[in-house]
Amino acid sequence: MTSRAAGLVGACALVGGLAAAAAVLHAGDVGYPATSGTERLLYVRSPSAARHLALSFKGLAADVYWMRTIQHFGGDLRSSRAAGRFELLQPLLALTTSLDPYFTVAYRVGAVFLAMPPPSGPGRVDQAVALLQKGLRASPDQWHYPYDIGFVYYLYAHEYGTAGTWFARAATMPGAPEWIRPLAAETVARGGDRAYARRLLAELVTSDQEYLRQDGRRGLAQVDALDAIDRLQALVEDYYTAAHVYPSSWSDLIRTGRLTGIPADDARVPFVYDPAAHLVLIGSTSPLAPLPLALGPMKPR
Amino acid sequence: MKAYRIRLVAWHVFKESVRDRVLYGIGAFALLLVAASALIGQITAGQDLKIIKDLGLSTIEFAGALMTVFIGVGLVAREIDRRSIDSLLAKPLPRWEFIVGKYAGLVLTIAVNVALMTLALFAMLAWLRWTSPEGVRLSWDAPALDPHLLLVVALTMGELAVLTAVALFFSSFSSSAFWSVVFTIGLYIAGLNSHDLRHFTDLVQTPAVFGRLVDLVGWLLPAFDAFDRKIDVVHGLPVPLGFVAARLAYAAIYAAVALGGAMLVFSRREFK
Repeated sequence: MTSRAAGLVGACALVGGLAAAAAVLHAGDVGYPATSGTERLLYVRSPSAARHLALSFKGLAADVYWMRTIQHFGGDLRSSRAAGRFELLQPLLALTTSLDPYFTVAYRVGAVFLAMPPPSGPGRVDQAVALLQKGLRASPDQWHYPYDIGFVYYLYAHEYGTAGTWFARAATMPGAPEWIRPLAAETVARGGDRAYARRLLAELVTSDQEYLRQDGRRGLAQVDALDAIDRLQALVEDYYTAAHVYPSSWSDLIRTGRLTGIPADDARVPFVYDPAAHLVLIGSTSPLAPLPLALGPMKPR
Repeated sequence: MKAYRIRLVAWHVFKESVRDRVLYGIGAFALLLVAASALIGQITAGQDLKIIKDLGLSTIEFAGALMTVFIGVGLVAREIDRRSIDSLLAKPLPRWEFIVGKYAGLVLTIAVNVALMTLALFAMLAWLRWTSPEGVRLSWDAPALDPHLLLVVALTMGELAVLTAVALFFSSFSSSAFWSVVFTIGLYIAGLNSHDLRHFTDLVQTPAVFGRLVDLVGWLLPAFDAFDRKIDVVHGLPVPLGFVAARLAYAAIYAAVALGGAMLVFSRREFK
């Protein structure tokens, strides 16, 4: 056999050996599948220790932990495991963001991972907010973080008042887009805090953007309408207390001196009194309709 | 005449180093890693630019440190092993010129390799920029071909210049290349944590004398961690030119001191 042929045979033997090794590995995987209950390990849990161990390669180590975070989240999302589902998500994100405190995506996407309700996520709104607050401490002028905190409260906790407060904070930060201001006002209104909503809307009226000023003026008129509806509803209740019967129309209140005329909103559209439900409502043709639900009027007895 | 002799030694070291298989091994590994960053970036949820920059800059630093340590410590030890030191010192070449020449040659070797790795990194970044749609490019913290990356490369070069001097210092008095490698790597790792040592008393409650002693050690060690601004540049945060200048000045002073130490030791060393 020539040396060339011997080399060829040797190369073929090497390739064949590798193929045989892969086949044995595959057979082992099929015969003994990995159990889903295998304990997952995170060798370094302390962010401080990780920072020391990473020496001057902290950015790279953060990338590695971020990839592990994505794998952990994706793996658990697709698995049917019940115990310890997403258990490493928070520690992995803590390590990633401690190694690279400016890793914006790790904070923002990580918070969504943490806040997603089961079975798609661990449903830890508290941890999501804590992660974003950590990002805010590292970059205090990044409007994305308070905006995301508001987003988490809005979408996952349904705490609209708190969400609106965070949106309002984001709106005051440098570089924040203009659309956050009306969003903050609307969210606060949705949360039911009429006085705070009025304050945010009043700020919008001073904007240098005409569409924001219009939003602000309309929002203020809506809050005024709600206040007016509350006053009118109180008059309806007052009439009931005196006459032991609800008024049948505005004319009963006018006749008894409680009103001087048919009340109207800032758009000069009359309020509607529903004698069946004993409710004062915004006129359906009013440009202020519909009013924000959470700021809604007082309920009758 | 002095400058000519030093240049001659340096050029000889450069030619010898670029023929070293270790250098090719490390260089090939580094280039492969920089190229692989494009693949790794695919599994990081849209963070490919950050990964390429992080991996590229870290590879430049790590590969540069490996080259410095494994070639640097052998520079003098090899001459002693081969006994070629006798013929060299018999020539009209003062020992300090020999050390400075060796240092300059190795720094040149490292600088050429760092430049090649930087070129490879920028080629990867250019490719990413070219293949990324404008919407994606707008979401980046910093542009792909950010010239500020060169500031980090300059800082890394300053760090490696200090490490080269340290490696040469250990090489000048140790007759074993193994121990020179151990000392240099040990000092490198300690220097990468020097900030904590300098502020030891802020971190740990300890008797005042002991704390001050550790603080002092922290100030005397080469502060390799002080050159690290990779994270800032990757995120588009400013790295002031004054900072870079101050760090390079520190590198020049520290390297001069370490080199002075190497000259001092080497000038008194006897070869039998």
